[in-house]
Amino acid sequence: MRVMAQMAMVMNLDKCIGCHTCSVTCKQAWTNRAGTEYVWFNNVETRPGLGYPRGYEDQDEWKGGWVMRNGRLRLRAGGRLRKLLTIFSNPKMPSIQDYYEPWTYDYETLLNAPAQKNFPVARPHSLISGKPINVSWSANWDDDLGGSREHAAKDVMLKGIEDKVRFEFERTFMFYLPRICEHCLNPSCAASCPSGAIYKREEDGIVLVDQDRCRGWRMCITGCPYKKVYFNHKTGKAEKCTFCYPRVEVGIPTVCSETCVGRLRYIGLVLYDADKVLEAATATNDTDLYESQLGVFLDPEDPQVRREAEAAGIPGDWVEAARRSPVKRLIMDYKVALPLHPEYRTMPMVWYIPPLSPVVDVIKDTGYDAEDVDNLFGAIDTLRIPVEYLANLFTAGDVEPVNGVLKKLAAMRSYMRDINLGRDPRDEIPAAVGMEGEDMYEMFRLLALAKYDERY
Amino acid sequence: MSATPGLDGPLTDALVGTRRFFTRSEVSQDKRSIHAQGGRAGDAFYRDRWSHDKVVRSTHGVNCTGSCSWKVYVKDGIITWEAQQTDYPSTGADRPEYEPRGCPRGAAFSWYTYSPTRVRYPYVRGVLLEMFREAKRAVGGDPVVAWASVVQDPEKARRYKSARGKGGLVRSTWDEVVEIIAAAHVYTVKRWGPDRIAGFSPIPAMSPVSYASGARFLELVGAPMLSFYDWYADLPNASPQMFGDQTDVPESGDWWDAGYLIMWGSNVPMTRTPDAHWMTEARYRGQKVVAVSPDYAENVKFADEWVAAAPGTDGALAMAMGHVILKEFFVDQQVEFFTRYNQQFTDLPFLVALEGEGEGEGDDLRPGKYLVAGDLDVPESSSENAMWKPAVLDARTGEVAIPNGSIGFRYGEEGWGRWNLDLGDIDPLLTLHGTATETAQVALPRFDALDGKVAHVTRGVPVRRVGGRLVTTVLDLMLAHYGVHRAGMPGTWPAGYDDPSTPATPAWQEEITSVPAEQVVRLAREWAQNAIDTGGRGMILMGAGTNHWFHSDQIYRAMLVLTSITGCQGRNGGGWAHYVGQEKIRPIMGFQHMAFALDWQRPPRHMNQTAYWYVNTSQYRYDTFTADDVDAGTGVFAGKGVMDLLAQSVRLGWTPSYPTFNRSSLALADEADAAGLDPVAHVVDQLRSGALKFAVEDPEAEENHPRILSLWRANLLGSSAKGNEYFLKHLLGTDNAVTAEQAPPEKRPAGIEWPEEVPEGKLDLLMTIDFRMTSSTLFSDVVLPAATWYEKHDINTTDMHPFVHSFNPAIAPPWQSKTDWEAWKAVAKRFSELAVDHLGTRRDVIAKPLWHDTPEAMATVHGVVKDWRTGEVEPVPGKTLPVLVVAERDYTAVYDKMTSIGPLMEKVGMLTKGVPYDVTREVDILRHRNGVAHGGAGDGQPRLDTDIHVADAILHLSGTTNGHLATHGFKNVEKRTGTPLHDLAAEHEGKQITFADTQVAPVPVITSPEWSGSESGGRRYAPFTINIERLKPFHTLTGRQQFYLDHDWILGMGEALPVYRPPLNMTELFGETAIGEQNALGVSVRYLTPHNKWSIHSEYQDNLFMLSLSRGGQTIWLSDVDAEKIGVRDNDWIEAVNRNGVVAARAIVSHRMPEGTVYMHHAQDRLIDVPLTETHGRRGGIHNSLTRIMLKPSHIIGGYAQLAYFFNYIGPTGNNRDEVTMIRKRTAPVEY
Repeated sequence: MRVMAQMAMVMNLDKCIGCHTCSVTCKQAWTNRAGTEYVWFNNVETRPGLGYPRGYEDQDEWKGGWVMRNGRLRLRAGGRLRKLLTIFSNPKMPSIQDYYEPWTYDYETLLNAPAQKNFPVARPHSLISGKPINVSWSANWDDDLGGSREHAAKDVMLKGIEDKVRFEFERTFMFYLPRICEHCLNPSCAASCPSGAIYKREEDGIVLVDQDRCRGWRMCITGCPYKKVYFNHKTGKAEKCTFCYPRVEVGIPTVCSETCVGRLRYIGLVLYDADKVLEAATATNDTDLYESQLGVFLDPEDPQVRREAEAAGIPGDWVEAARRSPVKRLIMDYKVALPLHPEYRTMPMVWYIPPLSPVVDVIKDTGYDAEDVDNLFGAIDTLRIPVEYLANLFTAGDVEPVNGVLKKLAAMRSYMRDINLGRDPRDEIPAAVGMEGEDMYEMFRLLALAKYDERY
Repeated sequence: MSATPGLDGPLTDALVGTRRFFTRSEVSQDKRSIHAQGGRAGDAFYRDRWSHDKVVRSTHGVNCTGSCSWKVYVKDGIITWEAQQTDYPSTGADRPEYEPRGCPRGAAFSWYTYSPTRVRYPYVRGVLLEMFREAKRAVGGDPVVAWASVVQDPEKARRYKSARGKGGLVRSTWDEVVEIIAAAHVYTVKRWGPDRIAGFSPIPAMSPVSYASGARFLELVGAPMLSFYDWYADLPNASPQMFGDQTDVPESGDWWDAGYLIMWGSNVPMTRTPDAHWMTEARYRGQKVVAVSPDYAENVKFADEWVAAAPGTDGALAMAMGHVILKEFFVDQQVEFFTRYNQQFTDLPFLVALEGEGEGEGDDLRPGKYLVAGDLDVPESSSENAMWKPAVLDARTGEVAIPNGSIGFRYGEEGWGRWNLDLGDIDPLLTLHGTATETAQVALPRFDALDGKVAHVTRGVPVRRVGGRLVTTVLDLMLAHYGVHRAGMPGTWPAGYDDPSTPATPAWQEEITSVPAEQVVRLAREWAQNAIDTGGRGMILMGAGTNHWFHSDQIYRAMLVLTSITGCQGRNGGGWAHYVGQEKIRPIMGFQHMAFALDWQRPPRHMNQTAYWYVNTSQYRYDTFTADDVDAGTGVFAGKGVMDLLAQSVRLGWTPSYPTFNRSSLALADEADAAGLDPVAHVVDQLRSGALKFAVEDPEAEENHPRILSLWRANLLGSSAKGNEYFLKHLLGTDNAVTAEQAPPEKRPAGIEWPEEVPEGKLDLLMTIDFRMTSSTLFSDVVLPAATWYEKHDINTTDMHPFVHSFNPAIAPPWQSKTDWEAWKAVAKRFSELAVDHLGTRRDVIAKPLWHDTPEAMATVHGVVKDWRTGEVEPVPGKTLPVLVVAERDYTAVYDKMTSIGPLMEKVGMLTKGVPYDVTREVDILRHRNGVAHGGAGDGQPRLDTDIHVADAILHLSGTTNGHLATHGFKNVEKRTGTPLHDLAAEHEGKQITFADTQVAPVPVITSPEWSGSESGGRRYAPFTINIERLKPFHTLTGRQQFYLDHDWILGMGEALPVYRPPLNMTELFGETAIGEQNALGVSVRYLTPHNKWSIHSEYQDNLFMLSLSRGGQTIWLSDVDAEKIGVRDNDWIEAVNRNGVVAARAIVSHRMPEGTVYMHHAQDRLIDVPLTETHGRRGGIHNSLTRIMLKPSHIIGGYAQLAYFFNYIGPTGNNRDEVTMIRKRTAPVEY
């Protein structure tokens, strides 16, 4: 056992309102500078949709992450030897058009225009070429299902469930997916870097690019299946989300978390066994990866883990933090958070609580009340968001874990309504999803009250 | 799987493994990753980036309800970025908190500071500046004479006016620009009168000091401030109609308390971004959430059910829910909880006389007037205000009784201690059914035909004969009106819920809204049951989607029936939550007195902006919508146009009108002086003889034009200007896209002068103070550079949050920018100097409408309209005419007065919502705190020199921020109500919130008589809790929540009770192509302009971050079905064209939009990537280029109890949702 501490995040998508405040505060703090105009360390995607950069989840195209070959893990883009041998060739990576060509406007015209025939206007110009541009793609072009037939319909995650999703008014659904770097336990960006410039911090697992060592080979960009490493075209170096380490180090949450007005982000420490990571990432079936990653995490209550942690030089207060970690509670205790794309085998450490959603009209036409506890679980089968779609994002297609989470959320609401109305709570409700009433109440407090001190 | 997991192959293993020896980093045993400790010089970049010198608390004074406190980071004297504060007062251990608050717009604000759209210096349009300089030289240096010579020269005036908006702004200096502004003001006051000047700055709550700057100056001059709430169509007229109060709503933290939450036309994640979490979190408490929205809006994602009602049909949906609740919870069974509530807190038991007996026509009767004490032979009949005391039937005696609490008890000597909702021994009957001996057939209006024309349905009600009148109760009428049948009632009734033929069944609504009847029945039952289970904790968040329609008062009233009859109003977690544009200035009293200079001069000039522009941009000339179109077949408006009704409303003193008379208000006083007459008597005589007219009766005459418009904190022409193109044409005299025809002779108002020539360019001076370029600055003659929100002191409050917090400068105003306060002080100073030669001290005859919350609201007994013009009554100021007041204005002392608190406060006290306050103690405290002015008009008075002085004065002169005033005010109310109240504020009696307090952290406010809810003991704010818990009456005729309105005009319109009225039929009224039809010009669609995700009104829509996250320019959302009809693909250029104007935008095609409706998110302005149009080759318009002002007559009723004027309390709204447009693909190449 080799105990390591990992700073991790859970985002409750059921609360995400898609406002993009996180994106803006992050960009203002970190990337509103020359060379990173197109870079959003944090972005928010409307799903179904293509995301940013466009279609990044299509690993057949972009070759990110790890794959299994002959029982061993290798980078999808090719083994490291191949990487070394092809170091001078152009790596497989999205073009600026796939991200978007950043632009600005000739705003000064509005004030400076000489007397003229027409009312002046500010036209868009490319920040790359300086020439007038016809704006046709952005970091968030398909926001709120804009252009859905042309964009959302091409969502890679719809593969295999096309029959379940129809882009018709009556069947509309959407939800938001905020994304930052996953600060993976098994980072394929680091493994792709020929310069050894990407490293995972010993003490908290934050994955960083050493700006002095980066030589701009851009292999990391190919290697990251989430496309969360970016190329600064001015400095010629890779940059990525830093988990706001200058803030985290002094006890302040990341910018994206603290400014999240949906109050849906949780940050906490998780202890894990570094010796088990590779084995866990090598699980045979993609659908086993969620469970196998859970198996890597260590219980800070376990005396042996605590001893090993001490031996590994992890400070006592860090172990305490791991015990109180909201992330640990959501991932391990309540099991309502799931990893994003475990099938990439990077062991991502930003997890998500999948969204509940309204039931389709089919139910309401009948006068059927989905809130009624007797109907609760039946209603999950008729959610607007197909469970299969969520499973493609969070469990490599296995609907069972997703169903389990949604049932817990639904049961919590039903359980709490009795308490809200001053009636006796019914223990059979949490029991139906394998929880105790007290745990369910604690989970409610964490998800609903979500006090500042408990989120971070 | 191999025996040991590994990477790649052995060779790679070896190669990668060697790296261990060449690095200080640690390569993992499995050679998968590198861990590094120490030696991280490469990290320094991000540490440097994060470092900063200071963090300053501020916020954004933009027009939103966020009230978010922000940390502004500064490094090397440069603002770097902002992030949210998290130190709000706690809501308690068992509920979520207000932190962090914010939105992407606010988070992008600092971009403006150094952006290329920043206005850095004063500017004037070159052509005007040259003329002015030349004129000044020519006249020997007097700027007033110079200004006169420019604007009086028709050719010069035409030249600079027609250049508006077309570039050519040149840099000038503060001295020069301020001189031009001051000279124009002096000239206009002198030549035309002060009410030819107007100021517009929206929504004070977001930054009241900045608002007060120009407002205080203008009111001292005698110029009207234009309203905003009604103009934005955010003002729900249903609120005064029903509650006698304007928009008192729960704070967002109170959503948590609701057991059932309906978001109805309010897209919470988009427009209440920092508060949306309360809704997502309350679901976890078992709250049921329903979203009513025509599209799959952002909030639908969170709802348990999506009710996709067709746009504008919400009234039908609400009525059908009402039908089910009335039937199942008021007729099939009686619910004690509902019965008790309605007996005491609504007008359901009040008696209404039926009219029309013996008139023939099948003997159908009509709902008439409330039965009042003065109509009867009861002990109260001879009491004071007997005509203002409505009656009920007492179950115990079977006789008529007059309960306490109606408006008749609110004023006069006899009402002391009796203005309350204590029923005493009276047990009011809600219905006469069962006790009545007779029934009567009543003709009830319905407007559900496509053309919106009236039809009637006849239904029976139980009646009794009282005082010679046939009477029934409001509930009995409501049951008939809602089609709820009871045994023995004659007439036409629906066969059941599934009968679609008649209002207001679920099946009937399904044909209108397309919402399944079964769903409506279930939602109604759930709503009522939840109210019973929770004691009234059912809440409806209602917003722009339901409130921006021509008939939105009807939609809202139908929705409010649901919250009130089920006892949800006045509860934590219950009732209405009107969330559009509400913006409560919590310290309202201090604000009003400072902003409108009530410390020096009363009354202020306050104007309804909708009517102002309807008249002054000549939009009435294009209005073929005659008042007959809204009539219910009663002939109440026979032969009159809307403009006739407006003129009548003005001359009866119901609604304000500026410019008021067709002569200067200063000249009228001079005339009277010259003739040795009292100016008021002189004006009355002149009006009676017809020698003096109201300006509204002849708006195109040059003496009646508005001459100066000042905008600050505002973007009228890029945002709220309904009928934008008419503004450009008639107000400004520049290019426009109006193609509408003026009304033909038979559709013209009868009593309004109608010259053939309509002036273009009525306005002499348009000035804007702003920090960024907008359409308004673009069109302005002069532009002054303003400090941003991060460069000034101010305070910020809203109704959705129980705290007050501050703006503070992170940096000093850069370049030549100034705060609004300093800018207006500069204008005031120069104005006062120029006034010495040109104005001196003058007397001013102010015409003020009859005000709500004063005895003036008892001017019209029974709401019977009598006009002095036709000789029905005498013209009496304050009764049948506006209140006429003569004010003395020392124009040379305007600056002195602006910068000191005047003596009027100590002399006559303060008055807010009818509650008087003695503030001598408070003014004295301000003397010590702010210091006193030396010399001049304000000698010895508290100084009001800096923005902090103003902020402190506002805070100190309000009960919400000064506990002593709150308890003092409550004690005064207690005298009138006879019920205990002052304990509500007692816990904070010694608390005085100062500006310095708000600089430390957001500070919770104090329960005050300025508002209707209690926050005592740290509870969440919900409106009307004081009314319900402490039996304080509502400010209505009956003192109760009033479903029934009996004013002549409202009866004539068939709106005595809430009724479904469909969106205006633009095909019938204006010849627009019917929705859904296609022709060579494209497809006709409903044109809606909801709020924008990427802006707060027009602010932020030009912000590069927001543009980068959206589509980068003006867009229109349309459904894939409509797009296919006109061959449009996502991001294609399209044009939207109707009679009002042209819009060039790109299409966003999505299946989340319903067929037949497009959304152009409002206020995208026309400055960003808008090409020349294909239609006319000029710059495309804004969202309001396709809209136009339409007045609803019931909104200009005044002088009748709660239907009486107050600023932003009641008034015609700038509604804009009923519009349609053709939309088509652009074929010509895009040119700029």
